[in-house]
Amino acid sequence: MQVSNLWVKIGNKQILKGVEVSVNPGEVVAVMGPNGSGKSTLAYTLLGHPKYEVTKGEMKVDGKKINELSPDERAGLGMYLANQYPMAIEGLVSVRFLWQLYKKRQVGKKISGIVEFRKWLVVEAEKLGLNLELLNRGLNEDFSGGEKKKMEILQMMVFSPKYVILDEIDSGLDVDALKKIATTVKQVAEKMNVGVLVITHYNRILKYLKADKVVVFEDGKVSRTGGASLALEVENKGYLQKNNE
Amino acid sequence: MSKFVAKKTAEAREVRKAIGEYKYGFSMPENNIFKAKKGLDLERVEEISKMKGEPLWMKNFRQNSYKIFESKEMPKWGADLSQINFEEIFYYVKPSEGQVDSWDKVPKEIKDTYDKLGIPEAEKEHLGGIKAQYESEVVYGSLLDKLKKQGILFLGMDEALKEYPELVKEYFGKLIPPTDNKFAALNSAVWSGGSFIYVPKGVKVDLPLQAYFRINSLRMGQFERTLIIVDEGAFVHYIEGCTSPIYSSDSLHAAVVEIFVKKGARCRYTTIQNWSNNVYNLVTKRAKVEEEGIMEWVDGNLGSKVTMKYPAVVLVGRKAHGEILSIAVASKGQHLDAGGKCTHLAPETTSRIISKSISLKGGRSSYRGLINIASGAKNSRSKVVCDALILDKQSRSDTYPVNKINEREVILEHEATVSKIGEEQLFYLMSRGFSEEEAEAMIVNGFIEEIVKELPMEYSVELNRLIALQMEGSVG
Repeated sequence: MQVSNLWVKIGNKQILKGVEVSVNPGEVVAVMGPNGSGKSTLAYTLLGHPKYEVTKGEMKVDGKKINELSPDERAGLGMYLANQYPMAIEGLVSVRFLWQLYKKRQVGKKISGIVEFRKWLVVEAEKLGLNLELLNRGLNEDFSGGEKKKMEILQMMVFSPKYVILDEIDSGLDVDALKKIATTVKQVAEKMNVGVLVITHYNRILKYLKADKVVVFEDGKVSRTGGASLALEVENKGYLQKNNE
Repeated sequence: MSKFVAKKTAEAREVRKAIGEYKYGFSMPENNIFKAKKGLDLERVEEISKMKGEPLWMKNFRQNSYKIFESKEMPKWGADLSQINFEEIFYYVKPSEGQVDSWDKVPKEIKDTYDKLGIPEAEKEHLGGIKAQYESEVVYGSLLDKLKKQGILFLGMDEALKEYPELVKEYFGKLIPPTDNKFAALNSAVWSGGSFIYVPKGVKVDLPLQAYFRINSLRMGQFERTLIIVDEGAFVHYIEGCTSPIYSSDSLHAAVVEIFVKKGARCRYTTIQNWSNNVYNLVTKRAKVEEEGIMEWVDGNLGSKVTMKYPAVVLVGRKAHGEILSIAVASKGQHLDAGGKCTHLAPETTSRIISKSISLKGGRSSYRGLINIASGAKNSRSKVVCDALILDKQSRSDTYPVNKINEREVILEHEATVSKIGEEQLFYLMSRGFSEEEAEAMIVNGFIEEIVKELPMEYSVELNRLIALQMEGSVG
């Protein structure tokens, strides 16, 4: 997954100003940066949210340009966004939605019927520490913040992605939940050779999900790149450390 | 216009082709036994009664009802009915020699119709009994032997009048008299067909009984009459479905349904109304519920040009409960004016109305409801929830709730929401790989899930499919 010289506007406001990021299969790339630096904009733009207008630059997945594709077509290429604020869909019973999602994706299909699927789902949900009763509720309907995040990850497992974008999946999570979510992503990524883009403010998620590369955003641009140690440095000394030197 | 990048896959085209438009819009050649001249007068009313060989009291009831129909003004408070031309309608069409109990004995074009509608199949799979009405008469009827042995009566209304005249006389028109409204008067004058059900004390009918109403010919008026008596402690689930061919001129369906729920009994009445968009559907439905009895109306309205229908419960016994769950999907050229009425006449009675309406492609849906709590109905409770979903700017939704409360010690709740499908919700589902149409259908089906889950499986699948069909092409 490759982003080159990406410029993005919301309305008249220029948010991204020439971003360069790439994630290879099997790689974990962390994107850090202060609020308003354009991290979430990158996530939404990658999936084709209609509010975000690309004015320049290119996004590619496995060598294929995706700029003109609709969100569902991008998902069809294996892109998965775990949202910072997942939407609730009233009455869309979670377990039925997940089954439809499973059927929709053409990859990794081993389960044939909903009964078998349900069994598999229950095991995975339990591992994540997701209250099973929620599976019979509307998708994210009256879920707590932490439950929504777990549901994002459960959807990710059903989806079998090639590229995952985690948009502040760690915000509002306690340590225990964070650990479960991060290790689950790590396992899936390692097993399926998934490329992971982790958008975060904190180093703590990277303890469980080790970053191969860290990219720091400032004012819609990449200000620094480095290895795992950069994340720690940024957390300890702040984003603007370079400017303070 | 969709904000999302347009997508025209081969798959989407295939689905569109396969679904087609209104699936039930076909018509069959007419091989009627008898067709009354179009238009209505006293002579025509007498002719119907004579052909049916009815007792004198019914003949008089019809004549009297016709006079009431003539004297009543057209209702002006609801949907626009000014285009109905009573002179152009055929009021009585007899399609076959009479009701039979084997599909092989049903005339071929009629049997073909029901085959296409999947009725004999449904009968085999999950029904306890069935009545198939074609034009003005019930042409086929069945009831499982085990249900017959329990003393359950499931007859065509005309058949019941012949076989159980006293029972019919005791209840017929007692809950909805011809004076109730102009269309109840019309029905009372020219009624034909419909179902009669009696469930004896304590008998719980474990499989639903279904009636299927089909209009076939041009400018047909269908006026079936249904009477259900659920005796003490008994239970029955009755389902009705209806379809008709697409014509450019209008048809009229004006039914009357009366239900008596005795002490501790329960009745559920489910409707999947899917008339073609040239039918005026003007129906009066009412249930009288005695002590600790339960009446549940589950009302799905998808078709018709105009619907005016407000299933009612009259709670006459202590702790009686009434429930009206209603879905209306109003698309292009449709005005669905639906809702419910709950009248509390005894203490500790409870009622609930849940109305979900969807308006799209310029369609209009209205909720019209009445909660009437009489003096002395102490500690009664009522809850009304009406939610409207509007899919585009051309469509419209209105709410007309009325409360008449003459008792202080009651609890009344009313919730109403109007919403549209949000871009964020669509994006969320599309980013999971679902097309915009699929995402929209998921949101709409979620919106009505609370009611759909009350339907038997076969019908909830059918309803979701029909709604997807209605929404076809609503995106982009």
